[in-house]
Amino acid sequence: MHNFEFVKPSSVADAVAALANGEAQPLSGGQTLIPSMKARLNAPEVLVSLTGIAEMIGVSRDGGSLVVGAATTHATVARDAASHFPALAALAGQIGDPAVRTRGTLGGSLANNDPSACYPSAVLGTGATIVTNAREIAADDYFQGMFTTALEEGEIITAVRFPIPEKAAYAKFLQPASRFALTGVFVAKYASGVRVAVTGASEGGVFRWAEAEAALSSSFDADAIGRLSHPADEMIADLHGTSEYRAHLVRVMTQRAVRATM
Amino acid sequence: MPKDDGIGASTKRREDVRFLTGNGKYTDDINLRGQSYVHFLRSDVAHGRITSIDTSAAEAMPGVLKVFTSADFASAGGIPCGWQVTDRFGQVMQEPKHPILAEGKVRHVGDPIAAVVAETYEQARDAAEAIEVDIEELEPVIDMKAALADGAPKVHDDLTSNLCYDWGFVEENKDAVNAAFESAAHVVSLELTNNRLVANPMEPRVAVGDYDPWGDSHTLYTTSQNPHVIRLLMGAFVLSIPEHKLRVVAPDVGGGFGSKIYHYAEEAFVTYAAKVLKRPVKWTSSRSEAFISDAHGRDHKTKIELALDADHNFTALRTETYANMGAYLSTFAPSIPTWLHGTLMAGNYKTPLIYVNVKAVFTNTVPVDAYRGAGRPEATFQIERLVDKAARELGVDPIELRRKNFIAPDQFPYQTPVAVVYDTGNYHATMDKMLELADYAGFEARRAESAKNGKLRGFGIAHYIEACGIAPSNLVGQLGARAGLYESASIRVNATGSISVYTGSHSHGQGHETTFAQVVADMIGIDANSIEIHHGDTSNTPMGMGTYGSRSLAVGGSAIVKATNKVIDKAKKIAAHLLEAAPEDIELKDGKFSVAGTDKSVDWSGVTLAAYVPHNYPLEDLEPGLEETAFYDPSNFTYPSGAYGCEIELDPETGKIDILRFIAADDFGNIVNPMIVEGQVHGGLAQGIGQALLENCVYDENGQLLSGSFMDYAMPRADDVRGFTVDHSCVTPCTHNPLGVKGCGEAGAIGSPPAVVNAAIDALHRAGHTHVTHIDMPLTPSRVWAAINS
Ligand SMILES: Cc1cc2nc3c(=O)[nH]c(=O)nc-3n(C[C@H](O)[C@H](O)[C@H](O)COP(=O)(O)OP(=O)(O)OC[C@H]3O[C@@H](n4cnc5c(N)ncnc54)[C@H](O)[C@@H]3O)c2cc1C
Repeated sequence: MHNFEFVKPSSVADAVAALANGEAQPLSGGQTLIPSMKARLNAPEVLVSLTGIAEMIGVSRDGGSLVVGAATTHATVARDAASHFPALAALAGQIGDPAVRTRGTLGGSLANNDPSACYPSAVLGTGATIVTNAREIAADDYFQGMFTTALEEGEIITAVRFPIPEKAAYAKFLQPASRFALTGVFVAKYASGVRVAVTGASEGGVFRWAEAEAALSSSFDADAIGRLSHPADEMIADLHGTSEYRAHLVRVMTQRAVRATM
Repeated sequence: MPKDDGIGASTKRREDVRFLTGNGKYTDDINLRGQSYVHFLRSDVAHGRITSIDTSAAEAMPGVLKVFTSADFASAGGIPCGWQVTDRFGQVMQEPKHPILAEGKVRHVGDPIAAVVAETYEQARDAAEAIEVDIEELEPVIDMKAALADGAPKVHDDLTSNLCYDWGFVEENKDAVNAAFESAAHVVSLELTNNRLVANPMEPRVAVGDYDPWGDSHTLYTTSQNPHVIRLLMGAFVLSIPEHKLRVVAPDVGGGFGSKIYHYAEEAFVTYAAKVLKRPVKWTSSRSEAFISDAHGRDHKTKIELALDADHNFTALRTETYANMGAYLSTFAPSIPTWLHGTLMAGNYKTPLIYVNVKAVFTNTVPVDAYRGAGRPEATFQIERLVDKAARELGVDPIELRRKNFIAPDQFPYQTPVAVVYDTGNYHATMDKMLELADYAGFEARRAESAKNGKLRGFGIAHYIEACGIAPSNLVGQLGARAGLYESASIRVNATGSISVYTGSHSHGQGHETTFAQVVADMIGIDANSIEIHHGDTSNTPMGMGTYGSRSLAVGGSAIVKATNKVIDKAKKIAAHLLEAAPEDIELKDGKFSVAGTDKSVDWSGVTLAAYVPHNYPLEDLEPGLEETAFYDPSNFTYPSGAYGCEIELDPETGKIDILRFIAADDFGNIVNPMIVEGQVHGGLAQGIGQALLENCVYDENGQLLSGSFMDYAMPRADDVRGFTVDHSCVTPCTHNPLGVKGCGEAGAIGSPPAVVNAAIDALHRAGHTHVTHIDMPLTPSRVWAAINS
């Protein structure tokens, strides 16, 4: 690891100011950034910690929405979202291991946008709003391909506003080594229709499966999508699964999510 | 009932107190005054010619003491290979030089090119980034068969090809074997891969070199399973340091599984650099570095065929195997696919004719050597997969086909057609035991239950034989070993009766400090807590050969028994003097010497005190003191065997396999500590199941390691390896060592992979997917799903 400066501001404004200086980068739970610095793949000159900013931490109810501060750890979401939005809490409780969940955060996960990460599917699958220091971004506009997002240089995610669905579930098929999602599907049912977001499967990162959404919106039943198949092009192919396999899992995990909705 | 801490007792492992409380002393815990740190610049291409190295910028970086390249090692030897295999045509294998730092060419990703020694580790790493290396990339050879094709690029320019050797065993049997296939009623064949693995011990490798200019002597602290072997190889062949000027210490070592047997370039480097710099030099491998510098395991491609007569008796077996050596020959690499693999190809069966052909191949990959089981898992996997396939093709019960061909209990000692003689065994007994513990009779009902949940249940069987404690030395010498395979022990009895035992069997997780103390305590009849086991330091233990091949109790323990008997013999003479009786009349029981048929006695500490304070002592006949050394060279291997049963559930929708139960019924001969044996089997099973379902070391066609971290190399976790039932109540004691023990360290990793794969195939066949005859390991969900849908 190369040397760096470390600052821990207590307000979003101070964090934004600190990020404006030179080669600075936000640090949240550090579960992605620190390993990449140790491997010397990343060498920011200044780390601006976001975990001392009280307004960025916590889970709160706002009418029909659940607002989660970007620096809230997975463990906190797993605990505090459980009574409001159990599917989201369950997703958070399946991320990594206890050590990872105790440090890793929602904002870090979304800023990183790993194509196999779990949270992006919940954010896209609920049509959540990503709140930053500068603006609000709709989930449909936020994810722009693996490790790519709508965030501008120096922009900080401060919170995410999830519209609480009638029913929802996340079904995750584990990549055997990393235990990230080999394919994970978040299904959410609203009065206005059903949303289905898939992570882990596509070269393009998290995506919505429109065909399944249409079928499930007219009949919210796992059998309604039993005959659907997702095309294999642009699916990830690697050591852990072919693109055909991932395409197959998209359907299987969508069905399992529908069956598990709560 | 065994005594609390004698032979047969499940004494808790005394070493665990320090391990579990964080008080183990590992190599990385050793920090010497004035210590410096080395970082190796490693090749990021698989094959290339080094056209220039410019170290000047790196040399000028803060804290840098020196940057080394191969030019600094002009006077050093290469890293030696400890085994020379002779091929089918009587030619010795091709043996390329393995330099400490790359000379002219890089041959695998991870090959060290240069080494920076600096005041701190971070400074060394920073400076390594400033070394300018120009490498002209060459086409790499990764696939073994492609490596042997005409015109393939050569890993070593000075060799005639990438073929290390083409070995035939038993070459004289070849024609008879082929003839048996011509006349066979049935022939069953299978092509399979034994997947490449990375050992991944919890503790990565570490080496600290220290030099004492006043005595011109060297000390190497290293994560080794066999410090004496390292002293011999490095001192004699690489750095020309005589043994009396070289001490090698392997303190607590956090697992090895074979990967810490070998002499590695980094050990020679730190030893040498410490003298050049007159400073201690330390190297600590990162996990990423371990993936590209620790020797890998397995990596065989095999075609195996079985001939049967009309009554389903096995009449002949033949195989053709390609074995990956990687870019250089690691210490014991050539022996693994040959003498540790070919000799086991009879399995538990009476097959009269066997021919094994092995082509060892150089490729632009990390060297491959022994990994838990070493050759025997490869043999067992082939045989037990093929026998299962034969049963399916012939429409007979896989258990009955095995039983029909088992070597019967009254046939021991049994001369196999592949050189070795099995001394004892009872394979029907272990098979019976396993089926009983597995409740095999209730399987159908359980299967129906799974089917209700849409899951396919399967039961897989494997019966293995293995050979432990490779020996005797004169035989292995004829087979090409460049080392002996005895073990040593010194028993130093102290004046007040406590005992210090010095053994050449290094412990790196096996629990020797507990087990060996139990053996000595039992023999003398004293409290095991008054016995201390020392190992791992060449300055205080007699020349020993270390720990691998499940040899520690069978060979190392036998040396301890032998030395203890010498001690007891002498102690009896002292007791006879004290009790004014003849030595023949002295009996030792429960730590007390008595004269047979009398009530005259003296206890253990009375005798030991007399030995060191010899006031009343037969000085004219006997030397004072009580300390004996023994070397034990076994007359044969030991042959543990066992029946393994694996019950799985397979999700046909995703291809995911869950192990529900795994039953291991092993015959390890006599057992000293049942709890430790059970733990060894658990560990072996975890690694075997890991190989079968999860672990895979994969290179792409450019020689880049795709599975270079735990994000992609799937280690088994607790929830992958549940439901173990381990039994070792079937006992046929080894006939040729004093404890009657056989060795249990590798069995789990040997017997389990075929049981798991057989279970998967069984589940698929019972569900009607009979087109699936084999799936290569690891049986990942994706592969299983693809097989179902092929
Ligand atoms: C062993 C292991 C297992 C894991 N398993 C899973 C899993 O199963 N599923 C899963 O989804 N994830 C998994 N993760 C990832 C983990 O959950 C974290 O969410 C992830 O590492 C990023 O969150 P973080 O808070 O640690 O971010 P950091 O590492 O601190 O930051 C990541 C990136 O985001 C930027 N950043 C951080 N916060 C903000 C912000 N508020 N605004 C703008 N940019 C920001 C940083 O600058 C950096 O570029 C795993 C990680 C590990 C180490």
